Amino acid sequence: MTRISVKVDGTAYEDEVEPRLLLVHYLRDRLGLTGTPVGCDTTNCGACMVDLDGKSVKSCSVLAVQADGGEVTTIQGLASADGEWHPLQRAFHEQHALQCGFCTPGMIMAARDLLRENPDPTPEEVREGLEGNLCRCTGYMNIVRAVLAAAAEERRHQAPEPGAVAEHAEPSTAGSGAPV
Amino acid sequence: MTDQLTGREPEVGRARVRKEDARLVTGRTNWTDNITVPGLLHIAILRSPMAHARIERIDVTPALERPGVVAAYTGRDLAEGLGSLPCAWPVTEDIVLPEHPPVAVDEVRHTGDPVAVVVARDRYAAADALEAIDVDYEPLPPVLNMEAALAEGSPLVHADKGTNRCYTWPLATGEDYATVRERADVVLRRRFVQQRLIPNAMEPRAVVAVPPDTSDQYTLYSATQIPHIVRVMMAVVTGIPEHRLRVVAPDVGGGFGSKLQVYGEEAIGLAVARKLGRPVKWTESRSEGYLATHHGRDQIQDLELAATRDGRLLGLKVDLLADMGAYLMIVTPGVPLLGAFMFPGIYKMDAYDFTCTGVFTTKTPTDAYRGAGRPEATFAIERMMDELAAELGMDSVEVRRRNWIGHDEFPYTTIGGLTYDSGNYESATDKALALFGYDDLRSEQRKREERGDPVRLGIGVSTYTEMCGLAPSRILRDLRYGAGGWEAASIRMLPTGKVEVLTGTSPHGQGHVTSWSQIAADVLGVPFEDVEVLHGDTRTVPQGMDTYGSRSLVVGGVAVHRAARKVVDKARKVAAHLLEASEDDLDFADGVFSVKGSPDAHKTIQEVAFATFTSHDLPDGLEPTINAEHVEDPEAFSYPHGTHLCAVEVDTETGRVRIRSYVCVDDVGKVVNPMIVEGQVHGGLAQGIAQALFEEAVYDEEGNLVSGTMADYLVPCAADLPDFLTDRTETPATTNPLGVKGVGEAGTIASTPAVVNAVVDALRPLGVTDVRMPCTPERIWRALRDARSARPEEGSS
Amino acid sequence: MIPASFEYARPRTVEEAVGQLALAGEEAKVLAGGQSLLPILRMRLAFPELLVDVGRIPGLRGVRTDGDTLVIGALTSHHDVVHDPLVRRHAGLLAAATATVADPAVRHRGTIGGSLAHADPAGDVPAAVLALDAELVVQGPDGRRSVPAREFFTDYLQTALRPDELLVEVRVPKADAWGFHYEKFQLSAQAWAVVGVAALVRRDDGRIVESRVGLSNMGPTPVRATACEEALAGADAAPDAVASAADSAAEGTRPASDLSASAEYREHLARVLTRRAVLAAADLT
Repeated sequence: MTRISVKVDGTAYEDEVEPRLLLVHYLRDRLGLTGTPVGCDTTNCGACMVDLDGKSVKSCSVLAVQADGGEVTTIQGLASADGEWHPLQRAFHEQHALQCGFCTPGMIMAARDLLRENPDPTPEEVREGLEGNLCRCTGYMNIVRAVLAAAAEERRHQAPEPGAVAEHAEPSTAGSGAPV
Repeated sequence: MTDQLTGREPEVGRARVRKEDARLVTGRTNWTDNITVPGLLHIAILRSPMAHARIERIDVTPALERPGVVAAYTGRDLAEGLGSLPCAWPVTEDIVLPEHPPVAVDEVRHTGDPVAVVVARDRYAAADALEAIDVDYEPLPPVLNMEAALAEGSPLVHADKGTNRCYTWPLATGEDYATVRERADVVLRRRFVQQRLIPNAMEPRAVVAVPPDTSDQYTLYSATQIPHIVRVMMAVVTGIPEHRLRVVAPDVGGGFGSKLQVYGEEAIGLAVARKLGRPVKWTESRSEGYLATHHGRDQIQDLELAATRDGRLLGLKVDLLADMGAYLMIVTPGVPLLGAFMFPGIYKMDAYDFTCTGVFTTKTPTDAYRGAGRPEATFAIERMMDELAAELGMDSVEVRRRNWIGHDEFPYTTIGGLTYDSGNYESATDKALALFGYDDLRSEQRKREERGDPVRLGIGVSTYTEMCGLAPSRILRDLRYGAGGWEAASIRMLPTGKVEVLTGTSPHGQGHVTSWSQIAADVLGVPFEDVEVLHGDTRTVPQGMDTYGSRSLVVGGVAVHRAARKVVDKARKVAAHLLEASEDDLDFADGVFSVKGSPDAHKTIQEVAFATFTSHDLPDGLEPTINAEHVEDPEAFSYPHGTHLCAVEVDTETGRVRIRSYVCVDDVGKVVNPMIVEGQVHGGLAQGIAQALFEEAVYDEEGNLVSGTMADYLVPCAADLPDFLTDRTETPATTNPLGVKGVGEAGTIASTPAVVNAVVDALRPLGVTDVRMPCTPERIWRALRDARSARPEEGSS
Repeated sequence: MIPASFEYARPRTVEEAVGQLALAGEEAKVLAGGQSLLPILRMRLAFPELLVDVGRIPGLRGVRTDGDTLVIGALTSHHDVVHDPLVRRHAGLLAAATATVADPAVRHRGTIGGSLAHADPAGDVPAAVLALDAELVVQGPDGRRSVPAREFFTDYLQTALRPDELLVEVRVPKADAWGFHYEKFQLSAQAWAVVGVAALVRRDDGRIVESRVGLSNMGPTPVRATACEEALAGADAAPDAVASAADSAAEGTRPASDLSASAEYREHLARVLTRRAVLAAADLT
């Protein structure tokens, strides 16, 4: 057993874990943060994507011990403290970018990472930026639309405050949803 | 619709954003694997590493020594309380129906066949314990090739049955095919192969089985499309009385047919929960699912098309071999037959001769996968139409025009015996051609050919229809299917005027909550927001036939509509009483009953609901409820249609295909929610294109699944697929009151032949007449090389 | 799927890591970003007794120059390699090849050292490092030694690393004067390279002075297309000459036949893609 301390969606946790425990199972089975699902065992599907220390990672391919001392943001921590959705969450809803919704947490986390690096992507760049995430329902077209729409909205939002580009990269301070 | 009188914008037809999304985009989900209950144990299943073997010896006791392990069972241990897994579609009288134990007892018949079960305190301990189980296998010869399997002396998948032939199902309609063939100018013969596919719903399957606790019911949570059917079948398989079994489909992450199944793991979960008196969970890993969750397609199609010189079809002969895999699951044998009626497509002809032979192999069983039988049929006829056009030197759209059913000929009874109620192939095709820029692309194609461009352009056409909305129960009887095709809906008018719709459909991404709300809101005249739709729990919705076969809207949605009309009829009686008027004197519009000629005298449906709740003042003999239910047995199948056009660029050096543009114009009748419909089309296209270009379940000579992980089986990602240009025409169905047609499978059915036709069209000037699916770069490269060596005099390009 | 149990060590220095590796011998595996290792462990294709997590050892991450050499710490992530201005200026080929590795999330965790030590011949980074004539610096109980990339990859998933050695840095001769191109052929955007060609070309007006061509997935190890390189030396910087040289790109290779492609098709692709890569690197497209 190894002792780890991790901040997840703004809450600090300390736990004894087996070294082999995958980060995604730590989130789901230990912390009850089931918003992040597992879709494959080969790092292909990206459903389990979360943000670790400011970068998107596939939480099925990170050991919980590797996240020791780190800060994790999951889909459940994206909305603001007062429950306002992240622009990507809104855009996915408005553009019908999800059907069954299983890939959606990973898609949104990947898109968030993409927009952090490239706030004004072309449709092709969105498609390439999401190449680590699989969706079987939507055919991706509305996902691309949603990411472009969210990008446009964020740019509009940030226009009055040039230089505040990295602001949305900060993990929010409170989780929005209780674990199921 | 009544609303039109008042100016209230009808809900049906509006692009409502989905009610389902709020939980899904914030992670507040309820996937089966999320479910936890006190005392929950975890199941792991040991699976056969061999395609075919006798279990000589199996010892699970070492697993019991492992930390955290509560129990371990062999197939024999579990056999006592578990029957064979069911096949509900014995398609012929003499079909071979093998036993299918949830856990193999003496013999394994495909890689992944379960051989033992361990139960432990967590999923890690359970996975570890599998390593401790000892099994000695005596290898038996695998059976992998359908034609070889049917040959004399082939090893047998089920030795006790004496044959690998599962059934042969013939259909001959119209004139005698052989006679018609004699008067043909052209007879084309082709063999097409529908490769085996893995459905790949994004959510892996999972099961949580909870033994009776405070109630006397077992509860089975399952990532299933069919909770109601699972309940019936699990009662049969496990012996748990049906009234003691509750089945819940919580949030379900896609299905595409793969969760239209009654799976062994559901039975295993219940059996272990019963033995231990503890709740248990099983969740498949993706690569486990590749072996354990049913596959799709896998047919060899031998086709013969007879036509006149001017391109008129005379007859079609179809000989199918359909791979059943090792066992018959819920509708395995019936899947190819859902295509039997669709091979003639939208075309008129004089003779049709169909035979399908189901064959056992030592592979994972096949069953429904998005489209189920109809993609195979549509592929065959649409590829053949392109072949005919090429043979006759005719434009591929023109050859279709000469044969399709004219818009003024509906209703039309096809050579396959189906009566298409409505359609307008001309209109959809004209619209698609214009959007596509067909003539310009043809001209570019010629130019590239003339200059010997190494990147060739190809144009593929697919003018499809399909039969969906499963299904009129009497037809299902004629097809020997083991259940009806109805769907149930009930509507509860709550005292405060809010509405609960209970639907027997079981959505897993299709947006029924939103669409059914729109349907109910229109009929009842209540706000969209005031409607809640409940589904997927046999305790809440006691009656249902679930979701598959593009049936939910045309059967289940229609049931909601009719149930809502019954509510209005009941409410009218109450309103008439409250308003002291006769029922005939009441108008109902926008949720308000008003007395004709006295518009001030009115009651809202919400007021009627409350008055019914109190029941203080109802006339004698009037039952104090306006709740209603309706079970809809459709009068006919639903026949969406459309025209799909695909342009591809093929790099003749590497064989790489790039989709340059994709246009489709679909006619799904009246549309409830255009945004949802467009989404269904997009997703369908992606899966159809995936079959054409990317995906294949490949077995090696020993029967191992080589494409055994998501790293090897190429599910396309966003970067692999193009934008789609979608549009619609709207020819209402005449067989249901909403005028709607199914849409869930249309995109998948139509797109595969459009893409392959485009690939072949690009390469035809170079001598290529077919490329097997998936049209991988290497297959295309080989086809080009073979064509070059067959026609050396034309040189290389 | 779930990894089997293992012990876990998180050394703070290279020396400590090497000491732990030396103690455990063949039973230990080095964990860096884990993007190759964790899927292998999850599929239970390997059962190490000890994972030595080198991910937090200071000083192994980042890029610097040392005279004519670019020095890349083994723990530098793919993402950082792709975006590093020094790499882009002095070893653009490496940035280009690394940009095609897997997907953004994997590139955040995966490291250049991990990719090279894993030595998958289908990987993109090994072929580029091979073409760049890099030197791989490894540290063991007796200190550091430097292994030329040409000698580092010994067989399928095998390297010159001894069980008690750790790859610590990659030294790349600056290739500022070279044109470069990485041409990757995949069956889908997520798939490994069927064949990849990492090409470096140095031109002197109308002639190709020198070229270096590394091939992914054309054998059990990444290989150099030596015959092609020889044919290109001094050749006209013209499409015909390049095409003719590229015809020898598959010479001496031993590609596998597998689910993705036959050996024969890989050989064909090697020729076509080498032509394309060299043309692009020579600015002839």
